[in-house]
Amino acid sequence: MEVEAGGAVDRARAGDSDAFRLLVEQHSRSIFRLAFRMTGNEQDAEDVVQETFLRAYKQLDRYEARSSFSTWLFRIASNYSLDLIRMRKRHEDKRERGSDEERDILQSIPMDTPGPDRIVYGAQVRDRVNAALNELSPQERTAFVLRHFEGQSIEEIGAALGTGSNATKHSIFRAVQKLRKNLEPVVGQAR
Amino acid sequence: MKHISEEQFVLLYYGESTEAAAIDRHLAECETCRSEFRTLQLVLNTVDSAPVPERGAEYGNVVWKRIEKRLGARKRSNFRHWWIWAPAMAALLVAVFLAGRLTTKPAAPEMAKNKQIRERILLVAVGDHLERSQMVLAELSNAPDHQGKLDITDERAMASELLDDNRLYRQTARSTGDAAVANVLDDLERVLLEIAHSPTEVSSGQLDDLRQQIEERGLLFKVRVLGSKVREQEVAPATQKDKKL
Repeated sequence: MEVEAGGAVDRARAGDSDAFRLLVEQHSRSIFRLAFRMTGNEQDAEDVVQETFLRAYKQLDRYEARSSFSTWLFRIASNYSLDLIRMRKRHEDKRERGSDEERDILQSIPMDTPGPDRIVYGAQVRDRVNAALNELSPQERTAFVLRHFEGQSIEEIGAALGTGSNATKHSIFRAVQKLRKNLEPVVGQAR
Repeated sequence: MKHISEEQFVLLYYGESTEAAAIDRHLAECETCRSEFRTLQLVLNTVDSAPVPERGAEYGNVVWKRIEKRLGARKRSNFRHWWIWAPAMAALLVAVFLAGRLTTKPAAPEMAKNKQIRERILLVAVGDHLERSQMVLAELSNAPDHQGKLDITDERAMASELLDDNRLYRQTARSTGDAAVANVLDDLERVLLEIAHSPTEVSSGQLDDLRQQIEERGLLFKVRVLGSKVREQEVAPATQKDKKL
């Protein structure tokens, strides 16, 4: 697939819009999944997808085949998502100070359903997972999503976000710590 | 070996541990750590249950239709990484323009060519600049009503960054005779300055003042309209490039 994409990139660079269309068709769904996991919001994810391809198109000359085209697109998408959620977070009435409130929201999601299977796979657990992910800072969420869902190495994430390996590692540690704190009660019931 | 830390478990879970063999040996002997690691695995596996809305096979085509018109014709740049140089080039253009006024006038065809190049570079740089400015303005305008203080550290930092560029583009637009662009940038600069000089945390009254400034000037609307016009001009065929915004 990457070989095909490589050819399409060269053609798109030369001004072939059908080639760029091929790239959009090939990568839209994976960019949407990444963007949704980062932003937690369908509309924001749609914005990220469009903006990613618009930016990629403008910056095609900047793409170097050292990394795969999808990695390059993911880098654009994750940086744009990070900017977006940073801005959003600022206006969610100060997460840090509101953490008690958020904890209340987490607590308010019921956990007492009958069987372990239903708990683990049920909608309530998914709600709790979403709420727990929303409690991560933008940096933590981005680093965690790229590591956990996209399988990128800590080094790759550090390079993509321009934060370096150490800071990325600590963002992931903090993310896991928070997720664990919020999800352990659910997991505890499921065991 | 002492008990395994959470950080070591995280790296092990993601296959990035440099001491995997030693940890495995320890896990074989230590029930406490085995239990800890099992819990971590369960938590992280549970995260996978977070739902992602499905997008069908046609989604790529839908995205293409949404963005197609905004792409326009692609023209390869002679410069690699030219956008890095855009602000510097805008500055250079200001300098060249000013220098030009003090020296001899170039011949008419050359002047026209230079003017085209100036406008083209300015358009690309201004397009990016307006996009970022719009983001700051929209965030402040759409901030929810709140009690107490609102943290605007990010908007403030971005406004400071944008200010220098804004001055350059405003001066360049003025010098190239783009009065409409220069006027919007002038308004934008005043508001960016206000945001950049605001405290990192603003009261609802201070936020209202900022919003009022944005609204009074119709700034968000103007920046949006100008931004789209600039993008249109960026991709417009050569015959239309001389058209003023």
